[in-house]
Amino acid sequence: MLEIKNLHARIAEDGTEIIRGLNLTVKAGEVAAIMGPNGSGKSTLSYILAGRKDYEVTEGDILYNGESILELDPSERAAKGIFLAFQYPVEIPGVATMQFLKVAMNEQRKARGEEELKTPDFIKRVKEAAASLQINPDMLKRPLNVGFSGGEKKRAEILQMKLLAPKLCVLDETDSGLDIDALKIVSDGVNALRAPDRAIIVITHYQRLLEHIVPDSVHVLYQGQVIKSGGKDLALDLEANGYAQIIEAAA
Amino acid sequence: MDMQTKPPRTAAEQAIQDSFAEMIGQLPGDAAVMVARDKLLSAIDDAGLPTRRIESWHYTDLRSLLRGVPSKPSGRAGRVDPLVWGSVVLPVVQGRSTDLTAPEGMRLTPFSKVLQSGEAARLLTERGSDDLIGQLNGAFVGDGYSFTVAADASMDKIIEIQSVQSGGQVHSRFQAAFEAGAKATVIERYLGDAAETGLSTSISTLELADGAEVTWIILQGRGGNDQHLAQLSARLGENSTLKVYVINAGGKLTRQELHVDVAGEGSHFDLRCVNLLAGDSHTDVTLTLGHSVPNTTSREIVRNVVLGRARGVFQGQIKVAQLAQKTDAQMSCNTLLLSDDGEFSAKPELEIFADDVICGHGATVIDIDHSHLFYLMARGITEKSARGLLVNGFVDELIDEIDNEVLVEALETLVEQWLADHG
Repeated sequence: MLEIKNLHARIAEDGTEIIRGLNLTVKAGEVAAIMGPNGSGKSTLSYILAGRKDYEVTEGDILYNGESILELDPSERAAKGIFLAFQYPVEIPGVATMQFLKVAMNEQRKARGEEELKTPDFIKRVKEAAASLQINPDMLKRPLNVGFSGGEKKRAEILQMKLLAPKLCVLDETDSGLDIDALKIVSDGVNALRAPDRAIIVITHYQRLLEHIVPDSVHVLYQGQVIKSGGKDLALDLEANGYAQIIEAAA
Repeated sequence: MDMQTKPPRTAAEQAIQDSFAEMIGQLPGDAAVMVARDKLLSAIDDAGLPTRRIESWHYTDLRSLLRGVPSKPSGRAGRVDPLVWGSVVLPVVQGRSTDLTAPEGMRLTPFSKVLQSGEAARLLTERGSDDLIGQLNGAFVGDGYSFTVAADASMDKIIEIQSVQSGGQVHSRFQAAFEAGAKATVIERYLGDAAETGLSTSISTLELADGAEVTWIILQGRGGNDQHLAQLSARLGENSTLKVYVINAGGKLTRQELHVDVAGEGSHFDLRCVNLLAGDSHTDVTLTLGHSVPNTTSREIVRNVVLGRARGVFQGQIKVAQLAQKTDAQMSCNTLLLSDDGEFSAKPELEIFADDVICGHGATVIDIDHSHLFYLMARGITEKSARGLLVNGFVDELIDEIDNEVLVEALETLVEQWLADHG
């Protein structure tokens, strides 16, 4: 489903290279964990997948279902089924959450040539999805993410993911800022989305999240490259022994 | 002997004098009113239209900006549906009011009758020598309404003053008194005709007695060739609250003055102003706000969206008298400049003579926040719609504060429509 080939990317503003020859393949139905120390390029990778303009790809390619997505803007990528759950969802005052959800769902449908959702159908979907994530309906009456706690923001991200039903989900440190109960709710939400035609990339610092969302593969990112890949045991190994050993071995 | 020579009258200045000669026979009022009109007209002729050399008009040089002064109302105009269904509509069609039966809790008279009653001459005055709007309106005012909301009456229906104009000249006045404890929401709505060129002046005078609570909304949607000069004066009694919303979404040349005297202890004034500016329009909002007694508060937020070659101005002056301890006044002006050719000038001014006060002001000019844009686009929203949502949000944040869901929705729809038409 996703093939990243020898990807090099830098910060557009100052030219600092962050991703330095990254290779990664994720198949449909797979849950891939990307781990790595601070500054290894994890969040940058998630932004590049979503199409953020602040980064420039200088070499290599990203193929999604065999097609390069480098020329697509973020909304086109999203319409094709790529979803990024943000580490820090932004607060947008003045934009009502429900209005945002409706516009997002309908624009994606429109881009795919599907009919727009009727209001009652839309409201029903949102209510059901919100209930499954234990989201208070009052939260949805507020402007987008405004005044949400850290945990509420993360839950709202998963709510969006559920409603938009993407094919490639990228979760950027979704566990940060979550207490154990919220972590459980969010993980259950993600696990419910596991499907043979859907791939999920879980970016995280800690093994903790991977106890709830058990990955099929684990990849260690360091200085903008995948330096080691393995099965779910690799995460346990990292938890016990830290990154130093693997980094040394790769050097 | 005065050796100064006056510059020759501009076409607009000449047209004002000619219009007066033409219209004087039809303008209502007794002899005292006629004298007052004459006096104001000569004041305009003596000083000429204000130029940038007059401080209060520095950013709106009327001598060069005021173009056509059409004679009489020319085109056809008619009432439209109120903004909110079920509102009490006070129509002013081509400058003429209707003698209506007042709803319960209210006394109502067309202003033409007030002019004829012999009580009006004292109302036809200028605030100062630079008060062009007061002079022009006082000289020409033909109609409008005078109304009083009775003590402790709570008007559950919105009162919509609906001024519909299609070209020509219209000069209206609205005298609104809110007795002690009265509660009301009033919309002052201006509609125009894109195919015509009109000139209008309008003066609204609000008196809030003790404990009155008033929401006053000015909705300026004149046509793209219209020139609209308006003034609102308000005086707040003890423990009263006045919330003024101004939405400018039309007109070629607009000046909206607001002169507010927060004169009763424990009173509160709010201004939320949205300027939606496009084309080659010029829009000026000028506020003078006086806190003259202790323990009063005010909040002024102005938000501007600038497209095309539009120019906007906000002058905000807050005066805190020596007596007015514990005043809490905050003013801000934020501009979303969406065009390289657009322009916005903000001139905040604080004059504080009391020592125990909290007063502040801030002005910002911003572009669309890129992290916001990315977030929305990452959810599949196209760049165009995402920008639209963000611009809407910037404005809706102020409108959301209105305590009436139906009204909020109507105003937000109006903003959305404007952005769809101009964005």
